Amino acid sequence: MSSEFLQFLLSGITVGAIYALVGLGFSIIYNASHVINFAQGEFVMIGGMGTVFIASIGVPFPVAMAGAVLLAVVIGISLQKLAIERAREASVVTIIIITIGASIFLRGLAGIIWDRNFHSLPAFSGEQPIHVAGAVIVPQSLWILGVTVAVAVALFVFFNRTMIGRAMLGTAHNPLAAKLVGVNTNNILILSFALAAALGAVGGILIAPMAPTHYQVGIMLGLKGFSAAIVGGLGSGPGAMVGGLLVGVAEAMAAGYISSNYKDVVAFVLILLVLFFMPSGLFGKRDSERV
Amino acid sequence: MKKPTVVSRYAGVFVLATVIAVLPLLLPNSFYFDVAINGGIAAIVCVGLNLLIGYAGQISLGHAGFFALGAYSSAILTDNYGWPPIASLSTGLFVVGLLAFVIARPILRLKGHYLAMATLGMGIIISIVLNQEVNLTGGPDGMPVSAFSVFGWEVNSELAWYWIVGGSLIVIVLLALNLIDSAVGRALRAVHGSEVAAQVAGIDSTRYKILIFVVSAVMAAYAGSLFAHYTGFLTPSEGGFFRSIEFVTMVVLGGMASVFGSVIGAAILTALPQFLTVFHDYEHVMFGLVMMLTMIFMPKGLLPSLRNWISKNSL
Repeated sequence: MSSEFLQFLLSGITVGAIYALVGLGFSIIYNASHVINFAQGEFVMIGGMGTVFIASIGVPFPVAMAGAVLLAVVIGISLQKLAIERAREASVVTIIIITIGASIFLRGLAGIIWDRNFHSLPAFSGEQPIHVAGAVIVPQSLWILGVTVAVAVALFVFFNRTMIGRAMLGTAHNPLAAKLVGVNTNNILILSFALAAALGAVGGILIAPMAPTHYQVGIMLGLKGFSAAIVGGLGSGPGAMVGGLLVGVAEAMAAGYISSNYKDVVAFVLILLVLFFMPSGLFGKRDSERV
Repeated sequence: MKKPTVVSRYAGVFVLATVIAVLPLLLPNSFYFDVAINGGIAAIVCVGLNLLIGYAGQISLGHAGFFALGAYSSAILTDNYGWPPIASLSTGLFVVGLLAFVIARPILRLKGHYLAMATLGMGIIISIVLNQEVNLTGGPDGMPVSAFSVFGWEVNSELAWYWIVGGSLIVIVLLALNLIDSAVGRALRAVHGSEVAAQVAGIDSTRYKILIFVVSAVMAAYAGSLFAHYTGFLTPSEGGFFRSIEFVTMVVLGGMASVFGSVIGAAILTALPQFLTVFHDYEHVMFGLVMMLTMIFMPKGLLPSLRNWISKNSL
């Protein structure tokens, strides 16, 4: 394995982990409500921009980060309560338009309330690069990978070992049956939006030291997170993780070996290919339409 | 769904034609003409897009891509290769139609969210290409486009453009109304109601969806081409994500499955940012709000809701 290849692989896995976090958010909301939340990318933006601006009033970074995640969670819950819940009986197209509306609304608001410049967060533990078999990795990458793995493990435990997590899975599987055994599905919906928002915000904070944040970063990160969820199979947690890594690595390889100008195209070509040839993704359940 | 009678159908066209004919007498200066022309261009895109969203029930979040391809085809062929504008326009329409036809089959197999994402991805790919192919498009800096001319007659006055766009809009509206009232329209309504039921009844739903996808793409490209020659300068943002969203918002506000609603939606949302500074400065916020509020409180859109209200109160 050439060191160049290893380098691309490492940077692909790093961004891929972020896409995986965003993709997990898509899948969690999709499972709970069969809604694709097109505003998912904005949580990523709120994570990064929120931390920058909360820190700018003088609080230490860890507090600012917690504040930004909390802000994203509050916005996620409001989105569910104020907009999506009110249109529950509406068609898919209507819900899509609502979440897109929410997404450009939040983006616009961020551009006004905060600003329209690029901001960087300091790396969590220095910038001293680490050499691995001829390739270089910055400590922030390790943070990203570490946190993503920790989040994955925590989610696994949450969904399989806790009552509330299992209630969420039950609701995803069959909302009516879940209701009948006493699950408050409304709370599950709120929890899903909160969890998805938190995951997005964490992704946004982790990536901000490596790729500057901006009020419009949500579009691309959201779309790539969505490709991650689709590639892995919408609604599947492990699928979103694998999908995220695949999208990230494919993008890094394309940027390295083909042209960095077209690296953003990779994710979309991948979405289109997966949608055309393998519509339920790598790990998704095959869907049959009920008439 | 209530089917408009032939009389009311042409009554609508008559009203539209009258408004277009009388409007120039009321517009005080070239700024207002500019708004009217841009509104007309957006309306052409929206009437086509509404055929797809409102009648075929298929969302597209990438229609600005077709708009931009039409615009850039005209610009590139006319200015880089010296073609006569009318030839570049026709070639642009043909190329976009062909592209739409090729991608329609795989893309329209998708439903709901998947289709939304796929069309969004398609739009973004187009806008990335326009940004990157600097030699051809001038990249992010944009490119100038020469004036439109037919057989040596150069269109350069605001009024001439007004008539071209206004006339085109009437023709497009007529085309759309005829399409809706044809076998294609009936098939589409059936597909929108229940695709499976329509298929069981022997309707080749895929064929009709492809047809509408191509028609709406070509209409967007035509509007793009007019826009390119009219403004005389193009940037890739014309094909960007936000532009696509603008078109969808106009359709949604005016009323899905309402041809005239789309014209009204396009007119309102083109004019508001020009006349209300709040709307202009907070464009994203405003468009986002319009989308959310319309869908939550008036999901049928302005014109159909208004029509319902009138028919309820007149009885």
